[in-house]
Amino acid sequence: MIPLSWILAFSLALFFIGLFGAIARKNAISILMGIELMLNAVNINLLAFWRYLYSAHMNGLVFIAVVFAVAAAETAVGLALIISAYRNRRTITAGDFDSLKG
Amino acid sequence: MPTVNDFLLILPEVVLLIWALLILLIDLWIPDTKKYYTAVLSAAGLVISAGCAFALLGRTGSAFSNMVVLDGFSSVLSILFLLSGLAAVALAYDYLKRNAAQRGEYYTLLLFSIAGMMLMASANDLIMVFLSLELLSIPLYILAGFFRPRLASEEAALKYFLLGAFSSAILLFGIAWIYGSTGHTDFPGIVASIDGGRANYLLLLIGAGLLLVGFGFKIGVFPFHMWVPDTYQGSPSSIGAFMTVATKAAGFAALLRVFLVLFPAEAPIMAGILWGLSAASMIFGNTVAIAQMNMKRLLAYSSIANAGYILMAFVPYGNPVIAQEAVSSALFYLLAYALTSFGAWAVMIALEPAESDGLLLQDFSGLGRKYPWLGAALLISMLSFIGVPLTMGFWGKFYLFKTAVDGSQIPLVLIGLLTSLVSAYYYLRIVMFAYFKPGEPQIQPGRWASVVAVICAAGIFVLSFIPTPVFQFAAQMIMGMK
Amino acid sequence: MFLSEIFSDPAFSLVPWVVFFPLAGIILNLIFSRRWEEKLTALTACLAAGGSFVISLLLMLALTHHPEGATITLLEWINTGSLQINWAFRVDTLSVTMMLVVSGVGTLIHIYAAGYMHYDVRINGDPSRYSRFFIFFNLFILAMMLLVSADNYLMLFVGWEGVGLCSYLLIGFWFEKGADGIANARAAKKAFLVNRIGDVGLLIALFLMFWNFGSLQFDTVFARAPEVAAATPAVLLAMTLFMLLGVAGKSAQLPLYVWLPDAMAGPTPVSALIHAATMVTAGVYLVARSHTLYSLVPAAQTTVVWLGALTALFAATIAVAQNDIKKVLAYSTISQLGFMVAAVGMGAFTAGLFHLTTHAFFKALLFLAAGSVILGMEDVRKLDETNLSDSFHHSHVDPQDMTLMGGLRRKMPVTFWVYLMGALALAGIAPLAGFFSKDEILAAASQNGLLVFLVLLAAAFLTAFYMGRQLWLVFFGKPRSENAENARENTALIVLPLILLAGLTVLGGLLNFPGSLALEGWLEHTLGKGINGEFNSMVAGISLIVSITGLVTAWFVYSRYSGEIKKLDPLEDMFGAVFIGARNKWYVDELYHAIIVRPLEGLSQQLAQPVDQGLIDGIAVGFGSLTKAIAQSWRSIENGFVRSYALALLLGIVLIFSYLVIR
Repeated sequence: MIPLSWILAFSLALFFIGLFGAIARKNAISILMGIELMLNAVNINLLAFWRYLYSAHMNGLVFIAVVFAVAAAETAVGLALIISAYRNRRTITAGDFDSLKG
Repeated sequence: MPTVNDFLLILPEVVLLIWALLILLIDLWIPDTKKYYTAVLSAAGLVISAGCAFALLGRTGSAFSNMVVLDGFSSVLSILFLLSGLAAVALAYDYLKRNAAQRGEYYTLLLFSIAGMMLMASANDLIMVFLSLELLSIPLYILAGFFRPRLASEEAALKYFLLGAFSSAILLFGIAWIYGSTGHTDFPGIVASIDGGRANYLLLLIGAGLLLVGFGFKIGVFPFHMWVPDTYQGSPSSIGAFMTVATKAAGFAALLRVFLVLFPAEAPIMAGILWGLSAASMIFGNTVAIAQMNMKRLLAYSSIANAGYILMAFVPYGNPVIAQEAVSSALFYLLAYALTSFGAWAVMIALEPAESDGLLLQDFSGLGRKYPWLGAALLISMLSFIGVPLTMGFWGKFYLFKTAVDGSQIPLVLIGLLTSLVSAYYYLRIVMFAYFKPGEPQIQPGRWASVVAVICAAGIFVLSFIPTPVFQFAAQMIMGMK
Repeated sequence: MFLSEIFSDPAFSLVPWVVFFPLAGIILNLIFSRRWEEKLTALTACLAAGGSFVISLLLMLALTHHPEGATITLLEWINTGSLQINWAFRVDTLSVTMMLVVSGVGTLIHIYAAGYMHYDVRINGDPSRYSRFFIFFNLFILAMMLLVSADNYLMLFVGWEGVGLCSYLLIGFWFEKGADGIANARAAKKAFLVNRIGDVGLLIALFLMFWNFGSLQFDTVFARAPEVAAATPAVLLAMTLFMLLGVAGKSAQLPLYVWLPDAMAGPTPVSALIHAATMVTAGVYLVARSHTLYSLVPAAQTTVVWLGALTALFAATIAVAQNDIKKVLAYSTISQLGFMVAAVGMGAFTAGLFHLTTHAFFKALLFLAAGSVILGMEDVRKLDETNLSDSFHHSHVDPQDMTLMGGLRRKMPVTFWVYLMGALALAGIAPLAGFFSKDEILAAASQNGLLVFLVLLAAAFLTAFYMGRQLWLVFFGKPRSENAENARENTALIVLPLILLAGLTVLGGLLNFPGSLALEGWLEHTLGKGINGEFNSMVAGISLIVSITGLVTAWFVYSRYSGEIKKLDPLEDMFGAVFIGARNKWYVDELYHAIIVRPLEGLSQQLAQPVDQGLIDGIAVGFGSLTKAIAQSWRSIENGFVRSYALALLLGIVLIFSYLVIR
């Protein structure tokens, strides 16, 4: 069986890839995708912990389901906001939204 | 299986959620010209929920297999959230009409968000913390962009959303590590695991640090505050006022409970981080506020500084006696801050014309002469922000500083006092404009904002005569905190 | 039996209402007076004062059955460490006596002011200040009630400062008027500053008290006083003397009396209520309230006696030479306060408070009647005829100058008769109120020492003389100006309180009539047995003869003053330089100016330019602009890009974790 540490390393890597995406990408949808990657990394993390250490209780699995649901809700709202902004400004480049500052 | 008793313990939240869903439906049949009814209905819902919360005051217990607990801490905060919600409804009513944004969703979303905050204050499980955090945030993302297609509002919402989602991913990551360390998400289980020595200390510490970041984002402390000024400025003002008070209080509710219950042993290490966050917030918030001419931005920076003040008392939380005092002081300060902040925002909303991104300080010129009541409310709010005696702000700071002194955080208290001095500069500049500069401000139609302003100012003044009973009430309420 | 049940303990709990009524009046007038007519504003204020009076009456009735009184705690106030102070009201015979005087006389003067200020605001050209006056007036009643009903020294001090504030606000009520448009503002400032000197003294006394007794609550302090007196007598002496400084400031005694004559710049009802009947007696009340402390320190008592006696004589000499009708009364007030202070210093508390009460009646009467005279001289008729509501250009004749009056006896008969009552009472003619009270003080003085007795007797002679002079100049002879010629009696609203006060002046002596000594028995419950000013027929005879001699002398001197405006005062013919000295108030103001004000101003000038503006301002401004520059540069952190915001968040995480790693 694959050791737990490998999976944790994988999820950590995924998390940082998502983090990098969220910070480095200019497109708002790409940023959102980066955040989704981070959430998926969390899920992998939770799943690995549950499967390897705490499979006696269900709470780890339940948590994963909750995270999925919440991520979906969040994405729905986020995409709606982005579309609404696109209609108005014809751009979804996050850097273009800089009228509020100082 | 959940029993009726479980639902009874979270009756205020249940009522509020059902009410919000009903309003969502009923609103479909209310014509655009009569959105008044939606506002009144939502206010009624808030009042009924507050009534339930009052009825539960003093009772303790846990429900849904320890997912949520009811204790004095959560009851008091629930009432604070509900009253903030009432203020947000009152502030919104005329303001939305003025801005031609009278859509019923506003009230439904507001009610959802308040329910999230209330659940957050009584969350007893990390899953619950995360769920309630999202329940309070997602409606606020939409509310921040409620003035769509206005550019500023859209921008505020987008920034708030992107950073909010980012921070909740980080918070979630922290929860995952804590789960990995202890095998539990419920607080009693985690505590038992830590006490039993089964927990992995390193993973736990990583989790605690990431949780702190997540909560720090919600309460807006430096350097997790970046979204605060932009979001407050771009959002509808009534939402800005609500977020300044309620989101911050909810963030503190979760922060205080999680750290007091789960990580008392890590207090010596955490104290250094909290110290840095608190000091940096006080210094940064108060300094940058000086350079602001937009009232909303100024209040946003002031809210960052105030988060630093509250955090100050919490730095030495490892000592149980101090922790007790710190939580009481924090509750007291949140009450004082709620009155003060709503007072200031309400004065601004009363004067804010349609299609504006917030008043400039110059727009207050002549307020004291033309509208003595509103001017007095502004004056009292500003004095309370500074912490001048005969205001609640004074007593709030007094108890926070006293707690910090008792916890021997003298350098932090000195920073707090010095930055308060700095803050007097920008608060008094507003007073200076209102009273010493000639001008012709114009109250916008509708008087609800003025009413809120005067009530808050009166509260700041009157309650300052009985600080001890109020503080003792807060102290008594948290006695049963688990 | 039934009455006693109604008016037993429950009535005591009403005592906070003596403060709440004026508070309600203030709030109502603050909110509504803009929309209300003058009448409604005045009615509200009068009802507020009257409400306090009714409560005081109820308290008095309750006290007749339970003379031991009670302490009613309203709220916890300060509770830090060893300092525990409550908002607590003390109901005992002393405090209730003061409450009755303050609210009773206060109500009458409120009613009078309702009429007087109607004209005053029009003469001075700003009718919108009518409501402001009554708000200040109610605020004064509130503060004075706090002062006399306090159960601890700190609450008393709050009232003490409150009445000082009201005094300042009301002296400067017409702050833009007076000589050069600044005299009234100057008078207010002077009163404030001089009082501040006294208040600092009182504050030091309170600090000493808390330091040595660990409490500011009356009973606690008094209970511990004997042991402190035995252990460290110097502390008690210092405490009482510093307190005396406060008394000298508030009750206008030597050397701090100089503010009171200038305080006459306020409207006449203010002079009557605050600067004659009530506020200035606060010092007397303070000494009486602290009698336990004073009786333990004989040296302090002697100081109090001599301070009072010398003030009484000194002020009387100045009063003789004044021509302004209100200034004469002002110096007379100082002199009479000297009598009271001397009395409480001797331990004759009843006599002092008796004189305080009767003086409140007749001096309020005299001031209000003087106000009536002034309105008469102002030619108010023209005001009524033209019905000018906004401004009124009156003739530039000083309506308070007695040399321009004369013959008003026939023009203003009611005013004349009440003024005569007041003047005779003040002069000490039997059987009016002033005779009995002053006689009690003199009787106590005769037991205290011959020298004090003689000084007070001389003051009594001068009192009778200057009142005779005033009566003659104002009411007898021929009118000496057109305004006096045209003077006319005032409206009922103004005259009615005068008649009521005149009645009190005539009957006031009954309060402590020789033989019954009701007031003495009443106050004994609080003050214990003091020096009893028993009716001494010889002293009474002497003082009566002295008073009559004074009046007759005045008559001899001034009946020949036929009344040409420019003619010299006959006394100036007789005494020359001495009279000029008295007229110029013995140059005390000039002296203070030369030895205190001028050097201080010089020092300030020296400090202001190089030290303050150069050094200190430089530092302050430097820090200010430095902070502003920092603020501007830190703003750029918030550059508006989501990406850098997220980066900052990440930076925070990195910092936190590097801290965790280092630990």
